[in-house]
Amino acid sequence: MSLPYSEKVIEYFKNPKNVGEIKNADAVATEGSPACGDMVKLFLKVDPDTRVIDDIKFKSYGCASNIATASIITELAKKKSIDEAKKINWKQASEALGGLPAVKVHCAVLAVQALKTAIENYEHSKGIVKEKKPTTVDSIRKRLAHVINPLTGLDVLKVNFIKKITLAAGRAAIRVDLTSDHQFAGNIKNEIIERIEPLWDIEKVEVLFNDQAA
Amino acid sequence: METRNVYLDNNAATRADEQVVRRMDLFHETDFAVASSQFSHTPGIRAKDAVEQSRETIAGSLGAGTEEIVFTSGETESNNLALFGLARGNKDKRRKRIVISAVEHFSVLHTAERLAREGYEVVKAGVDGEGFVDTDALAGLVDDRTLLVSVMHANHEVGTLQDLAAVSAVAHSNGAYFHTDASYSYLQVPIDVEKTGIDLLSADANKVHGPKGSGILYVKKNVPVSKLFEGGYQEYNMRPGTENVPGIAGFGKAVEIWNDGDVRRTATLRDALKKMLTEGIEDTMINGPQDMNRRIANNLNVSFRYIEGESVVLHLDMRGIAVITGSACFSRALQASHVLLAMGFTHERAHGSIRFSPSKYTTPEDITYAYENVKEVVTRLRELSPVGTV
Repeated sequence: MSLPYSEKVIEYFKNPKNVGEIKNADAVATEGSPACGDMVKLFLKVDPDTRVIDDIKFKSYGCASNIATASIITELAKKKSIDEAKKINWKQASEALGGLPAVKVHCAVLAVQALKTAIENYEHSKGIVKEKKPTTVDSIRKRLAHVINPLTGLDVLKVNFIKKITLAAGRAAIRVDLTSDHQFAGNIKNEIIERIEPLWDIEKVEVLFNDQAA
Repeated sequence: METRNVYLDNNAATRADEQVVRRMDLFHETDFAVASSQFSHTPGIRAKDAVEQSRETIAGSLGAGTEEIVFTSGETESNNLALFGLARGNKDKRRKRIVISAVEHFSVLHTAERLAREGYEVVKAGVDGEGFVDTDALAGLVDDRTLLVSVMHANHEVGTLQDLAAVSAVAHSNGAYFHTDASYSYLQVPIDVEKTGIDLLSADANKVHGPKGSGILYVKKNVPVSKLFEGGYQEYNMRPGTENVPGIAGFGKAVEIWNDGDVRRTATLRDALKKMLTEGIEDTMINGPQDMNRRIANNLNVSFRYIEGESVVLHLDMRGIAVITGSACFSRALQASHVLLAMGFTHERAHGSIRFSPSKYTTPEDITYAYENVKEVVTRLRELSPVGTV
């Protein structure tokens, strides 16, 4: 069978580990949405003294790589301290699965993000509150680090794919190095908007392609 | 349950009939010469005769003249030739508008979008929740500066059959040409190009148990279609290049042996599967016409709520069942089906859609096997899903 997935991805897809929900979980996080086609929900049980993740379970809406990466993330994080678990990145998840096709790397990013958010939520509930910071060009860049160029499987910032970001009065304009008729243009546009629009002080996000004026 | 191989992707590609393959073999192994003029050598004339025999068969099936059938490499080329060829051959420079439906195949959609970048004004007519073009709304989009109206006969994803005569009337009352991509309906449904008022029609051999890489564009007499690339004078000077004699002969054979009884049997199997899925699996929604008689016989498209299609496809594939989904994960562009979105569905419904497409080779046992496995897979994935549960 010459599927684009490694044997390990298929194995986890067929028999995912740590599936389900935790009653009275210490933290829950959801990343993605059915509208995007990918969604991961994580449940954590954390030891209050050692801050070790005692139990972790997931539910997943998505393709094979979504299910497999969510499953592997739960295995990588289980029995680790939250500080250790925070450092797990998508490359480790991908490696543990024997690699992912370039167009599916964003699934690993989503699962990793769900873990990070769950830990943040846990910390938040334990009293470490973060203040509402105003959005800056740099913070937009940071958010876009999770957008993956489906052509290369690399995040769009590292390959200088984002040419320019302008920010004024709640309007963000993001210029990308791609023409509007490119195969992935619509996909990348949606993903950028999904990442930036939820920011509390952003009202409108515009994605501009090489063939479009500002 | 013993694993079976159940192929239900016939809207994409059909198995070539054995008689088609035998016919093609002849032009690979024995009569392999280039189809040439009547003043050439005997092998060339034999090849030419085969091409003309296919042309007659196909012309006859559409009520067209033989000089109106141009052989191409299939649906994509036929649609490109229709749109680009007409735009290039058009002498009436006032006519700069092209009207298409929002649910066209990419080979019409992207060709029209290219023409838009080259100075044409392209307008897309919307469809209702079953995929039907509203001809009254269409009439509001077509004017006396419209060059072409292109609306596909049967949709490739949900099978919706358009009222071609009504669309043709709208086009012709404004002096525009009418093209239809009939790749998914050809032979499934009778078509008479004269009576319906069709100027350009695309059809593809691979949808009717013929070979891949073989199709036709029907070009009504005096419709100014200009060739897309340069070469010799083949195909009435509209499509240069050595004729694909085996492909053309195979297409002709597929049309010759087509049996309407197979269409009825396919519809019966499709209807049986629809009943099993909708009655046996909760939260299953039919995409496309609810009245199965208003879609092609070999199409069923459903959405299973709360789960994503690529996972369904992969699980079914591991159980020997071949189907496809309108999910973004599955597409080369990572975009959810533009057809389902144009019908007003949510992304979630598009991501959960699965197309089942049987053929004359499908058996009742295949249908039962498919249903039982789909039910198991959907149940498993729903247990895993965070959406709509608990």
